[in-house]
Amino acid sequence: MASDVLYFLGLSMSGLAVGSMYALIALGFVLIFKATKILNFAHGEVIMVAAFICFQLVTVYRVPFWIALPVTLAITGLMGVAAERLVLRPMLGEPIFSVVMVTIGLSIFLRSLAGICFGHDNHVFPSPFPVESASVGGVVLSYAHLWSMAIAVGLMIAFFVFFKFTRLGLAMRGTANDQDTVALMGVNVKRIFALTWGLAFVIAAVAGVFLANVMVLNVGLTYVAIAAFPAVVLGGMESVPGAIIGGLAIGLIENLAGGYLDQIIGGGVKDVTPFVVLFVVLMIRPYGLFGQEEIERV
Amino acid sequence: MAIRSKTFRESYYEDIKLFQTIWIKFWTVVFVIGLVLLPFFGDPYFVYLVNLSCIATVAALGLNILTGFTGQISLGHAAFLAIGAYTAANLVQRLGTPFWVNLPAAGIAAAIAGALVGIPCLRLKGLYLAMATMAFGVLVEYMVITWDGLTGGVRGMSMPAVSIVGYSLDSDEAKYFFLLSVTGLMLAAADNIMRTRIGRAFVAIRDRDVAAEAIGVNLTRYKMLSFAISSFYAGVAGALYAYTLNYIHPEHFTLLLSIQYIAMIIVGGMGSIIGTVFGGVFIVVTPEFIKMFAQALGNVVPAIAGRYDEEWNIAAFGLLIMLFLIFEPGGLYALWNRVKVGFRNWPFTYWG
Repeated sequence: MASDVLYFLGLSMSGLAVGSMYALIALGFVLIFKATKILNFAHGEVIMVAAFICFQLVTVYRVPFWIALPVTLAITGLMGVAAERLVLRPMLGEPIFSVVMVTIGLSIFLRSLAGICFGHDNHVFPSPFPVESASVGGVVLSYAHLWSMAIAVGLMIAFFVFFKFTRLGLAMRGTANDQDTVALMGVNVKRIFALTWGLAFVIAAVAGVFLANVMVLNVGLTYVAIAAFPAVVLGGMESVPGAIIGGLAIGLIENLAGGYLDQIIGGGVKDVTPFVVLFVVLMIRPYGLFGQEEIERV
Repeated sequence: MAIRSKTFRESYYEDIKLFQTIWIKFWTVVFVIGLVLLPFFGDPYFVYLVNLSCIATVAALGLNILTGFTGQISLGHAAFLAIGAYTAANLVQRLGTPFWVNLPAAGIAAAIAGALVGIPCLRLKGLYLAMATMAFGVLVEYMVITWDGLTGGVRGMSMPAVSIVGYSLDSDEAKYFFLLSVTGLMLAAADNIMRTRIGRAFVAIRDRDVAAEAIGVNLTRYKMLSFAISSFYAGVAGALYAYTLNYIHPEHFTLLLSIQYIAMIIVGGMGSIIGTVFGGVFIVVTPEFIKMFAQALGNVVPAIAGRYDEEWNIAAFGLLIMLFLIFEPGGLYALWNRVKVGFRNWPFTYWG
């Protein structure tokens, strides 16, 4: 009996650890969606590319991890600004289909480019964290997991403070709310867009580097972001707290489903569970738990 | 005699005619004769490429009906191809039915699946629809891998070639005529659907769904119909795919394939039948050029020599999607039209 409870707790804890990663990824989606009403399908590719950049810095150029991390963040931030400037800005005012497709184009372009540049081998990220696991009340968790959870929580607090108390944060919230009004108030909306993309890419990079620590590093890392879509939808596309709760919930659900249903149905349940959730949420409550319901009367 | 500066139509019938002018009819006939003669004079590799283009065109036609004409985004088109391909393969292996049963059966199986997906998706628009169809694609991919008994799982399924009255079409040339005639049929059908009531209803939904409903288009019915027709095309394309490759595997029907079809309709031209053909051919032929480009580049930059692989093509598709959306959202069809109008109105630039 006790082992059952422990099994459940273990699954839940590692589920929450993965969930905190999903939450981080979802945060990047939500940031961009809030400010620009675009769902960035290329987010997963940014995660993977960032992880590879950090990996290259650490292994090839022998940069210490804690220096390589900010360098990676800076590079990806610039990539974000560049992506906005080159690809997304020409699409301003185009129909939603075109904008979605342009980010999909960007995503497969980046993924293949990464495949060409970095190859398809699996790499083990030289983790800066101790290899042995910590035991919390009998539940075993790796240090990398604990660190990633801590970083996720820290970043979320940082973002909360940023949005609530800084001028730039206020300008971003304003842009998300109403672009015309905020432009009249003297906010440079184009600059805010570029900064939003940069910021979202930086978050993606953080998620990517820590994901690479927890999982194997290869081009397939992008699929984690696809699994984070359900988190975004569950939480509601406009809601920052929604992204966090959605992410944690998806991590928990998929781990529990994988842990209990895999024996019954056969392997791979863990990978599809998020999509089942996504489908169900879209059918019942498309705007998610905390999103804004768009009402259209015919 | 006045110079013909524009097409003046005097009746509604003229406006919806399949062949607007005698010249279009003439060039179509010339083109078809050229295609029929191709295997006798052309390079066998050419024939092979046309075969692939045919399958791509049929599948992309389905996606264009749904996305280009009805305005519903789908990221799960590959799932319907998978359903069609596995239906055909199962029919052949279990019942040994002939191709003229399998092709429609594959289409109908996919169409039923499409209509079923269409029902819950009726409430969704834009981004949400994109995600729902993507989730469906992932679910089907998972099912194909796990449902071992029906699909052979990761071992894949083999598929014999089409046989017509005891004669097996297993050479590329034989497949060529088969694929060409099926594609021609499907093209003609699509062209005809689009100029009737159904097609006009689709276009009305795409342009403004609320307005369409106000003038009496039953949204539920026509959206479902669009999903069903689109999936029918995908199912048939899936069966053709199985017949052509003689082997199907879950790896063939991934999200990447769906994105390739999206690339085809964007590059070719959304909401254009002839554009779909352009797009299908273009996306099939592009890898050949990429290969040549990579080899040429490899001669100049030795570091790249011999590094060409599948990834280059996919990167090119991504780049093509972006470039076309930014610079020519109307696709090749718009380019072609502009050239044509330019010639017709020469020397007057802004007439037409």
